[in-house]
Amino acid sequence: MFFIGIYGFITRKNMIAILISLELVLNAVEINFAVFNRYLFPGQFEGMFFTLFGIAITAAETAVALAIIINAYRAIGNIDIKNLSKMKH
Amino acid sequence: MDPIINLIVFACLGVASLVLSVLAVSSKSLLRAATYLLLVLICTAGFYLFLNYHFLAAVQISVYAGGVVVLFIFAIFLTSNKGDVMQKHQAQKYILGALAALGGIAVTAFVLLKHRFVYSGNHPMEGDQEINMKVIGEALMGTEKYQYLLPFEVVSLLLLACIIGGILIARKR
Repeated sequence: MFFIGIYGFITRKNMIAILISLELVLNAVEINFAVFNRYLFPGQFEGMFFTLFGIAITAAETAVALAIIINAYRAIGNIDIKNLSKMKH
Repeated sequence: MDPIINLIVFACLGVASLVLSVLAVSSKSLLRAATYLLLVLICTAGFYLFLNYHFLAAVQISVYAGGVVVLFIFAIFLTSNKGDVMQKHQAQKYILGALAALGGIAVTAFVLLKHRFVYSGNHPMEGDQEINMKVIGEALMGTEKYQYLLPFEVVSLLLLACIIGGILIARKR
């Protein structure tokens, strides 16, 4: 069938570059919104606008997450999850 | 457009995005992963063009490929020491992740193949119609049903909050 390839995106997860895979997951969800909007309700645009707002929110989330990562790097010297067990420094 | 060419282009995009995303999550170097992510995002823009959502494709390229990936590369350069290798989890974690992914794929494939969409009776796609900019602008700026002024303003507030938060978090002490 047609959408399985796109669904394959969503379900893949990874433990290392967590933010990059988060980005992939959100991207896959947005593709799904657009595709279902196009193929099931071609006369309406709700899925498209949802995708639009999703992109904006993803950009915001990425900026904040990267700021936090840089701060954590400054605090403890590297950015592995394992070393990040204490919040205060 | 010719349906055969359409199909070929779609298959190329699909295969490319799948392979590139697998590479993006499995590559050793973080910078390489970010580059693969960029290519996946460009493939996604190709999908949007394929669906005749031209505005969405433009937004995708300018926001993701222009903004997010550059941020990623900055962060990678700022936080990587010279010659450090990415730490590995134990093999158990990888097996668990693969199991979760395969299970998810199996469930969605089962549901997709087993059920028919309720609305698939809607006439699928008529020709190459694209939404013109006027419709999009009016829908973003109106307050009636199916118009989106309030979410638009909320997103702008969110972006402002995120800028301030980012500066506050990342500034030097």
